[in-house]
Formats: sequence, structure tokens, C-alpha cells
Amino acid sequence: MRQTSLRLRAGIVSLTILLVFGLAWHIGVSGSGPTQQMDPEYAKLMGQTAVQGKSAMPGPLDVLAKIWSHLKEPFYDRGPNDKGIGIQLAYSIGRVLLGYGLAMLVALPLGFLIGMSPLMARALDPFIQIMKPVSPLAWMPLALYTIKDSSISSIFVIFICSLWPMLINTAFGVSSVRKEWLNVARTLEVGPIRRAFTVILPAAAPTIVTGMRISIGIAWLVIVAAEMLVGGTGIGYFVWNEWNNLSITNVITSILVIGLVGMILDQALARVARAVSFPE
Amino acid sequence: MAIFRNPFDHRFRLSSKGCSCGQHGSEAEHAAAAAADGLAASSDETLRLRRSVENAVMRALFPVDEQRRNFLKVVGASTAYAAINTLFPIAAATDVLAQGAPLEKKDLKVGFIPITCATPIIMAAPMGFYSKQGLNVEVIKTAGWAVIRDKTLNKEYDAAHMLSPMPLAISMGVGSNAIPYTMPAVENINGQAITLAMKHKDKRDPKSWKGFKFAVPFDYSMHNYLLRYYLAEAGLDPDTDVQIRSVPPPEMVANLRADNIDGFLAPDPVNQRAVFDGVGFIHMLSKEIWDGHPCCAFAASKEFVTTYPNTYSALLKAIIEATAFATKTENRKQIAEAIAPPNYLNQPVTVVEQVLTGTYADGLGQVKRDAKRIDFDPFPWESFAVWILTQMKRWGQIKGDVDYAGVAKQVFLATDATRLMKEAGLTPPTATTKTFSVMGKVFDPAKPEEYIASFPIKRT
Repeated sequence: MRQTSLRLRAGIVSLTILLVFGLAWHIGVSGSGPTQQMDPEYAKLMGQTAVQGKSAMPGPLDVLAKIWSHLKEPFYDRGPNDKGIGIQLAYSIGRVLLGYGLAMLVALPLGFLIGMSPLMARALDPFIQIMKPVSPLAWMPLALYTIKDSSISSIFVIFICSLWPMLINTAFGVSSVRKEWLNVARTLEVGPIRRAFTVILPAAAPTIVTGMRISIGIAWLVIVAAEMLVGGTGIGYFVWNEWNNLSITNVITSILVIGLVGMILDQALARVARAVSFPE
Repeated sequence: MAIFRNPFDHRFRLSSKGCSCGQHGSEAEHAAAAAADGLAASSDETLRLRRSVENAVMRALFPVDEQRRNFLKVVGASTAYAAINTLFPIAAATDVLAQGAPLEKKDLKVGFIPITCATPIIMAAPMGFYSKQGLNVEVIKTAGWAVIRDKTLNKEYDAAHMLSPMPLAISMGVGSNAIPYTMPAVENINGQAITLAMKHKDKRDPKSWKGFKFAVPFDYSMHNYLLRYYLAEAGLDPDTDVQIRSVPPPEMVANLRADNIDGFLAPDPVNQRAVFDGVGFIHMLSKEIWDGHPCCAFAASKEFVTTYPNTYSALLKAIIEATAFATKTENRKQIAEAIAPPNYLNQPVTVVEQVLTGTYADGLGQVKRDAKRIDFDPFPWESFAVWILTQMKRWGQIKGDVDYAGVAKQVFLATDATRLMKEAGLTPPTATTKTFSVMGKVFDPAKPEEYIASFPIKRT
């Protein structure tokens, strides 16, 4: 009972914050500045902001209308540079999943190796320490130059940025499996492969999934920037294209959509995390 | 354009030294007359193709132009046409040319930056100039000059829109690896402007611009060289008295609004967009600095040209046809509507229309009219390249001895362009260099070093 009422109260507070924010926003941008006297021929050549002193910032209602127009027709395709927001999102998600999947294929086995072998951990440590803090976008020029394909380059950038958190967390999870459990396995004469899958993997799973959750968040942050850089398709390109048109309404719309998709991706991995967690 | 003149008319010269057609004292007069000439941008392609075949035949028959003119004067045009048609079947030859050679590759990708300089490249897609040549071209919007360069090198793009100094810089290995680029056509001439923030509306004299922060689209751009030239003429040193930054066009208006910069010399529609949004005013058009200056270029890798010669000719032909169409002022409104939607420039139609028609709001309450605000002329004059090289050297981007004529010939491919323009059914000018003046100062392409030495402000 108390739980639900807390939830309800939190919901009411959230809604109030949203309404207050929306109202403040609306008031902030509405109302026109001093209208200038202009010759009508000249006024016809000018934009709304210049003629009526309208704020360059759109109001919340404009944004809602824009979101509605995108929702009504998310999958239109009017040529290579003008596709619906749904198609753009699909491109971005596709790239993220591909790069992320590849990173998983590399990071999990490598993380296991590092976690189980102190020698490899020491040997690979300097490389990981140097590569980890590099901004993934710094790889972009190099990727474009060597891979010679902008789409694969952005997948590579996703790969490289999601690699490190997974690798480090896997290694950490594997190396910190409780010694008692390993000793029990040894007494029972469990083979190395069986030990890895039945003892170490379940024990390290919560840490590994946490790494995966960090990675997907970073990957989603990076894809937007990468697509703004190389263009073509994707939600990042959509933002860039609308920025080019100085359409703040569309930029705000895409910010909301990017946030929403990021949340969904994060929640999906949160579910996985709950599924693999165990009480000690 | 002389390209489409009737060679059976004795009043015209086919080969000449003055302007490209020989009828006018200068190229400017020639261009003015060409704009008025209905044939220049005639949509009747058959007639134009026939004219180019006729031109070739007449030139072959009468190597000395005087002979042709005398011959025509004596026998009359129709008799001459009939007589020559028996020797050489002009109609049949026109058909052959119209069909062209088989295309090696039909599906092409061409990159562009969303600015009005790219008009011929862009409009050729929605207005069917590519499909007329049997090509299926996708024009792809690209985020910046470095990306467009890399994507062309990667062969993701078969050809691309570039700034005309870029192929020179790339070929010389300035700011990138040295890779031979070809630049068979200039996209547009004029069409840029200096825009200042509204708060500077009383500072119209460049001498009062000390301490300003300016933006240009790229280091290796006509914008950079023209702005530097203009400032230096006013006695300001562009490296120490002001700050010039390289900013991508989409960010320029946002930066001007945020008061990060005081102004920019930028491609349109950025200037007009700043006016449209009430952020800035147009101080002057770039044509007031140098009337007829080149800006953007149509470029392709050397490899593409040699691997797919027929496709390349067809592509270039489409671009040149589109350029001819864009030259005509009455077509400009229609073009503005075709290239303004989100798939291409993604700008309000009024903004693009003001740029292309030259009837525009200047941001200070005046409606100005200048039909030549932006114009289109495909011929890559080698002397343009020489001028660009002199400015690169003047501002220290290149050092040491420069083989001006050699580099210009290698990159601007005026001689190659001549051949390709002929294949595309056009007759290019016979000369590859011409003199012109920038802010009243005459430039002689034969004396580049003397030209650089004549400036008081320079980095050499």
C-alpha cells in the first residue's frame, strides 16, 4: 500500500514538473517583439522571426505538432536524403546492434582470458589503459581512411567504444569469482571448460551484464555523433540535416526520440541484469 | 553561348582570341549576350546537337575561318548547307551523337554539400538531366568538405561537389595526401557574400573591422582567399588584425546569432538565411570583389574518368546541360522550387529563390536586384587556378617555387574539359587562360610572381 502511494506521489510530482516546465517554456517563447515597419515587398522576402519579432525558439505546442507529424508518417522515403524518422532510427539501431554485437564477440572471450590468466591481464593492461580513454570519434578519420566505407566506419566506431566497458567488466567479474567456489570445483575435478561455463560464467554474469549495459549506453551516445559526422542515413544525420535548416523544432523532436530509444535499450539490458543476478 | 551558334552564319567566327566566341570584346560581354541568346539554354537538344555537329564539320572543311565566311557570303547559307549535307550526312551524325556510346555503369552516386553552389549537380536529379543521359544518379547530401573528399577517394561517390581550390590543394598534397584529382567543370561563378551581424550595420567600412572574428567554410576555399584579399585591400592584415576561422556553413548562422562571430564570407543560402532570420545583413556580394570568380567545382577521381570514360562523358554532359539551363534567368524560379525541399538543400523556397533570382532582401530594409548574384559557367579556366595558387602562396599555404602553369594544367584540365565538352555536344572556348581583374587590379596569369610581389600584405 505504501509502495503504491509513493509511486503515485512521485508520478504526480513528475507530471507537475513537466507541466511547469512546459508552461514556462511556452511563456518564454511566446509573445512577439517589436514589429518593425517594413515595406511589404521586403517583408515577403523575410522570415517570421525577422518580420514579427517571433522568437527563433519553437514553443512546446510546435514541438508536439512536429512529433505528431513524424508519428503519422514515420516510414516515408522521398529520396536518398529525405527519409522518415522511423527509417532513420532503424538505420541507427541497426548500426549500434551490429557494432555492439561484434564488440561482444570480441570482449567476452578476451575478458575471460584476461580474468583467468594473471599473465595476460598484466600483458594486455597497458594497451587497454591507453585505448580506453580515447574518444571513439577520434577513430573516425582513421577508420574512413583505412576501411574506405563510411557505413562500416561508423559500425567500427561503435565497436571500439562498446568494447572497453565490456572487456574490463568481464575481466573483473571473472577474476573476482570467489576462490571457495573454484576450489570446490577443483575438488570435484570439474574440467576447465565445464568450470568456465557452470561456475565462472554464472558467478561473473552480473558484472558482465553491467559492463554490457554501460556499453550500450555509450554506443547509443556515439552513434548520433558519428552519423552527424559522416552523414547519409541515421538519426544523427537527421539532426544534422535539420540543424542545417536551423529547424530547432525538429532538433528538439529528435532529442526526445533519441532519449526514448536510449531508455528502451538501457531498460532491456536492465531486465537481463535482473535475470542473471543471484542472492549470495 | 557561341557553342550553339549557327556555323552557317557568316557573321560569326568559330575560332577566336577575344572572348570565347570572338564576337565580344570581353568574356563578360559575351556572357551577357549569351544569356540573352535563346539558344544558349534551349531545351531543344536535337537542335543543339546538330549545331555542334555542324560546327565540327564546318571547322574541318574550313580550317581558316575567313574562308568559311567568304564561302557562305558567296553561296548563301541554305545552298551551303545542302551542298555540305551531301558530303557529310549531318542528320545521321547528330543521331549517332545523341545516342552516345554504351554506358559502363548506370547507377552512380554523386556527393554534394547543401549550398546553392551545387545547383547544377542537384537540379540535374529532380529535373531529369541525369536520366536523359540514361544515368541513374543518386545525389547524396554530405556533412563537410573533408568527408566528401574521403568518400570520393573511398569510391563511395563516383563524383562530387568540391570547392575549386580543393583539387589543387589535394593534387599538390597540401592538407592531405597528394592524389591526382580531375576537375573538368566549374559549378558556379559568383554567388557568395560577406554577411555581418546586425550590430555592425553602421560599420560598413572594412577599415573599421579590426578585431572582428570571421568565418569561412574551409581553409582551401575561394571564400578564404576573397575575404583575405578584401581585408588586405582595406589595409587590414587578415592574420593579425582579425581572426578567420573555418566553420561549416550550417553552423555559421547559429554562431552569428550567438554572437560568436562578427561576420562571414559564406556560400549561399547561408547569407540569405541569416537575413531571413533577422540575424545579419549582406554587406556585399562576392561579385563586387571579383565579378565572375569561380567557387565550387565538379570533381571526380582520375580513376573514375579512365575506367568509365563513357559514363563520365554522359555524367558531365548532364551537368553541362543542367548548367546551360541554369544560366537562363527565367528558369531560376523553377530550379529554386526543385532544389529547396528536404531531400536537397532543406531550406525555405523563398530563401533559395532570392539567391537564384538575385532579387533579395539585404537585411537592412532594402530589396536589391542583381540577376548575376549567382551565375553558372562550366569552363575551368586555367588562369583561375593560377590566381588561386598565387593566393595560396601569398598566405603561406604553399611555399617555395610553384609551377603555376603546370599545376593549373594538370588539375583544372581545361584541355581535357574542352574535349569532354565537345563530346557533350558543346563547343568550349578555344583559349584556356584569360585575364581578369579583382577589385580593379588586373591579374596577368603569365606573371604570377610579380602579382604576389605587388601586394603590400603577404606572408612570403
